[in-house]
Amino acid sequence: MTDSNLSSRIFKTKELEDISKRMRGEIVELSHTADAMHLGSSLSCVDIFVALYYGGCLNIDPKNPHSESRDRVILSKGHASMTFYTILADTGFFSKDLLKTFNKTGSHLTEHPNMGALPGIEATAGSLGHGLSMGLGMALAGQIRHLPFRVFVIMSDGECNEGSVWEAAMLAPAQKIENLVVIIDFNRWQATGRSEEIMALNPLKEKWESFGWSAYDVDGHDISSLIKSLSAIPDGSGKPVAIIAHTIKGKGVSFMEDDNNWHYRIPNAEEVKFAKEELGVL
Amino acid sequence: MRSAFAQELADLAASDERVILLIGDIGNHMFDDYQEKFPSRFINCGIAEANMVSMAAGLAICGMRPFIYTFTAFDTARCFEQIRVDLCYQNLPVVILGLGGGLTYAPLGPTHYICEDIAILRSLPNMTVLCPGDAIEVRCSIKEAMKQNGPVYIRIGKKNEPVVHKETPEFQIGKAITCKSGNDVCIITTGTILPNALKARELLERKKISAQVVHFHTIKPLDLTTLSTVFSQFDLVVTLEEHSLIGGLGSAVAEWFVDNSTRRVKLLRLGTRDEFLYTTIHQNEARDLYGLSPEKIAEAIHVQYRKLH
Repeated sequence: MTDSNLSSRIFKTKELEDISKRMRGEIVELSHTADAMHLGSSLSCVDIFVALYYGGCLNIDPKNPHSESRDRVILSKGHASMTFYTILADTGFFSKDLLKTFNKTGSHLTEHPNMGALPGIEATAGSLGHGLSMGLGMALAGQIRHLPFRVFVIMSDGECNEGSVWEAAMLAPAQKIENLVVIIDFNRWQATGRSEEIMALNPLKEKWESFGWSAYDVDGHDISSLIKSLSAIPDGSGKPVAIIAHTIKGKGVSFMEDDNNWHYRIPNAEEVKFAKEELGVL
Repeated sequence: MRSAFAQELADLAASDERVILLIGDIGNHMFDDYQEKFPSRFINCGIAEANMVSMAAGLAICGMRPFIYTFTAFDTARCFEQIRVDLCYQNLPVVILGLGGGLTYAPLGPTHYICEDIAILRSLPNMTVLCPGDAIEVRCSIKEAMKQNGPVYIRIGKKNEPVVHKETPEFQIGKAITCKSGNDVCIITTGTILPNALKARELLERKKISAQVVHFHTIKPLDLTTLSTVFSQFDLVVTLEEHSLIGGLGSAVAEWFVDNSTRRVKLLRLGTRDEFLYTTIHQNEARDLYGLSPEKIAEAIHVQYRKLH
């Protein structure tokens, strides 16, 4: 394991929390400068990404991002690409300067990520309900090829509306897959309403358990708890793992938190300033 | 055709450990030999085609060469968006085997037979569309599909189709095969209706009409060289397919013809009508209904030929 491998990086909880705040500030600013929506959905999953990429949970070396034995991360809720790109740049997969091109004409940093456009982007996303199935295929390939990697798929709660999610959920345990993790950013909103009301989503943990998964409820903004759950994969049960990360849409900015208008709204310059002030990153 | 696929795939899996077969809960005992030899590379994905296609994409991203197999109504139309995004947009080497193209499963109704698959799949960037004409061409198609770096759709029939080729032909994706030469009319056809084209040719011969039969086993990419040659040599060109007249081989040829042909040539397109069948009907009866039996093909060509001469 090289020093540059993400699994070798060790930070104190306070440092990780500071990284989260800094990233949230960058993401709010990016939404403004790039004129990109889905800010609320991007802010709810920041701590999940920080736990994964800075918490020592991933066996990926950003300096050797195509190693066959690397862990794979799929952002299935592709509309949170601002968070994904920001963490990839932050951890050295590509230059932070590239973030300035996000959503600009000709950029590879598109509003929804494209496989292989840049290192660290393992699958194309944007249409919901594809990532888990692709992740299952990858996990299966790892088992067949005797490569010891794990696959981490980050989904949204609204994404669980898609039938294909449950097709994959039923097949993975039947294939005795244990190198597959789904992390659900359960921010309780989808585009037009409460995710628990539009479809009968709850009890979500029990749903995954009944489909044959090891399922855990976790505070999706408690980085230490997230790291604890994410660092024990496979978890010894012989099953794939579902982590229900309970989050707040727009987390970190008081006037955005749990306000679904920020699914589509783009902050103006003044709102960016207020947000960064609140985050302590101005 | 399906047995040829099973045998060819078993041979392929023996020589290439990247090969993996995903089935959608069909093929009872057909893959026993394959499954016994390569248990870890045989996945019954259940009746869940959307997941099966995306999963194949994930396998391909990680170095495997997946083959997907189920009824073509299910592994094309049902999961079209997964094919579009995960296979075509990502441009991954996944082969979709579509069992029962055209009117093969007409007795099972429009849920199981499909005459729109070529239209939807050839509209997708990066997709290769193959319609082998017999079991020998099925084997060739699979071998050639393995050489591709992107997605391939192979439309096959079911079982006991007539074998057209006496020996393995020179088979190259995007290169049509001239099965029979002729002087008066050229029949361009594709897939399992090929034997009917050959029978129609015999019937036309009795009426002193000499027909050439060219098999376009590849619909995408179209063999433009052969099309140019055919349209420069014949005044009457007929497209024949067990597929809707909307979007299939006939459409592809007509599109090319409108954009490129410099000669006055009569193009006659034979295929299925823009409708569903609501009552029980068997494949040959349905073919006859749509004018795709050898007799009706010959008659349509005869009438058209007489109009021109």
